[in-house]
Amino acid sequence: MWDYTDKVKEHFLNPRNVGEIEDADAVGEVGSLACGDALKLFLKLDDNKERIVDARFQTFGCGSAIASSSALTEMIKGKTLDEALAISNQEIADFLGGLPEEKMHCSVMGQEALEVAIAKYRGVALPSHDHDHGEQEGEIVCKCFGLTDGFLRKVIAANKLHTSEQVTHFTKAGGACGGCIPRIKELIAEVMGEQAKEERKKPEKLTNLRKMQLIQDVLEKEVRPQLWADGGDLELIDIAGANVQIAFRKACAGCVSSGYTARFVEQKLRELVADDITVEEVEG
Amino acid sequence: MKEIYFDNNATTKVDEAVFEEMRPYFTELYGNPSSMHFFGGQVQKKVDESRKRVAALLGASPEEIVFTACGTESDNAAIRSALEVFPEKRHIITTRVEHPAVLTLCRNLAKRGYRVTELNVDGEGRLDLDELRRAIDEDTAIVSIMYANNETGVVFPIEEAGAIVKEKGALFHTDAVQAVGKIPLDMAASTIDMLSLSGHKLHAPKGIGALYLRKGVPFRPFMVGGHQEKNRRAGTEATASIIALGKACELAARHMEDENSRVRGMRDRLELELMRLIPAGRINGGAAERLPNTVSIAFEYVEGEAILLLLSEKGICASSGSACTSGSLEPSHVLRAMGVPFTCAHGSIRFSLSRFNSDAEIDTIIRELPPIIRRLREISPFGREILAQQG
Repeated sequence: MWDYTDKVKEHFLNPRNVGEIEDADAVGEVGSLACGDALKLFLKLDDNKERIVDARFQTFGCGSAIASSSALTEMIKGKTLDEALAISNQEIADFLGGLPEEKMHCSVMGQEALEVAIAKYRGVALPSHDHDHGEQEGEIVCKCFGLTDGFLRKVIAANKLHTSEQVTHFTKAGGACGGCIPRIKELIAEVMGEQAKEERKKPEKLTNLRKMQLIQDVLEKEVRPQLWADGGDLELIDIAGANVQIAFRKACAGCVSSGYTARFVEQKLRELVADDITVEEVEG
Repeated sequence: MKEIYFDNNATTKVDEAVFEEMRPYFTELYGNPSSMHFFGGQVQKKVDESRKRVAALLGASPEEIVFTACGTESDNAAIRSALEVFPEKRHIITTRVEHPAVLTLCRNLAKRGYRVTELNVDGEGRLDLDELRRAIDEDTAIVSIMYANNETGVVFPIEEAGAIVKEKGALFHTDAVQAVGKIPLDMAASTIDMLSLSGHKLHAPKGIGALYLRKGVPFRPFMVGGHQEKNRRAGTEATASIIALGKACELAARHMEDENSRVRGMRDRLELELMRLIPAGRINGGAAERLPNTVSIAFEYVEGEAILLLLSEKGICASSGSACTSGSLEPSHVLRAMGVPFTCAHGSIRFSLSRFNSDAEIDTIIRELPPIIRRLREISPFGREILAQQG
């Protein structure tokens, strides 16, 4: 059984704002029967057409999909359209006291319906990821659920996802036939690499504390994304002076070229942190 | 909250009599049956008795019973053995609707170079034996077809399938985990070479199963290391659990008539009433021959996990073929193989009964489920017309 929070259960058992708004200003629809969940969101704006005065929903889906929809409508009532757009899927999940990771796609669906509703109202291009909603741009990565690279990049970046399993949990991509998982891994490496691309320069002088922070930062942003692309990973075990101890995980663990990978890590850290760094692979 | 338990294809309550039978074998009669002293010897006698009881339920001889840890182990042991017995044969036949214990193994073997044929089912979950006739050839090492489906309860024509398999000289295995205790079996007159059963589906504890292995059928053990089970399954016997399984089989034989009359009657009433009270529903496999205790019922425009959670609020335990309950994102492979329309594949609920269920519990479900489906349809953006029709 899923470990739902009391708040998820409460919003599922007593969902707020169920139904339609007859004269809604904005309507957003995402998902489909075939996908296993779908959400139709109705918004009513104030006379200045700025602020959301009422929000209602209809949802076909599991307990957490209904709870996420209920939470979304509660969160956006009284907000301006721009304030509402700023709500992330993580904030929807947080409002509910968290969702099981496998169910994060329910919060993404809520956020997506809101974006679609507002984009349609404003007459701007749909941020659509769903083939049911007409025109879309970009390459379809996940054919089973009709998800584009643009949508996946956005969710990967916003939620700092770094494994294909996480991308499946947040978007469903790769969750049916699994054929697109290699492409998802490439997208993760690209997106997480882009995030790390702000110009890095080796600092002149470092306190011990700063050095440790920087080592962690480089491993997170420069090194691990590259390993993820090949299904590998590493964990930082300890830092003793200039000696950095790491343990390889997933495909890297026991990989015959892990020695080579360790040298790659060392080279990166020397390049971006300090010349005297040594990297040691340890058990752990 | 007292549970109203209708998930007996997932697992069953251990019968009190079964528990009493096994109880002394933990702290008092804890000897190892292989030991040379009287203390182990008396346990050996009880294990032998248990083997006879299991054999009696199957219409088999005691020496044809090998105790294992579970149905999954029995399935793995049977299929892997057949491939070792016929190293030159590289073809396996199974069905698209098998339990993962068989299906995952076969798909893993396919990655290792075996040719695997997965037989299709029709919209009611039935096999086409002509497809088996066309698929089987001299290269086929083993055919593994489940006796009855765990999700829909659909029963396959196992003896007819076995006759086809025998003609081609392949081995025939059946995963009968859901059938044992519900369908009368007679191995002495059967075409089955190997049959898997599981204790916890028939009111014995979890962690005990058995493999029926026809006398004369060559076998290569999966577990090696000790001489137990006549070298067919190494490892110290799970004595208390084996004794429990024996008792459970004895009871199952005694209750088989009840399963097929009273339990079947309750199941039939449940599905008739639910179909009458809830619009836009369908019985998955309703036109096929089914186990007496199982009904899989699909409701359009609602999602299974949401139904289960609301039933659970009322103390009712059922299960679903929907995606969201399993953590997977697609409806069950069984419903997809049957081509159940996607409008209702996500809304399938399985009720599986046992002899411990009562008419009063059936009444509770008949009372509680219709408003749950109605409520979820009110939340759903689809199927407004169903509600409109309902008035």
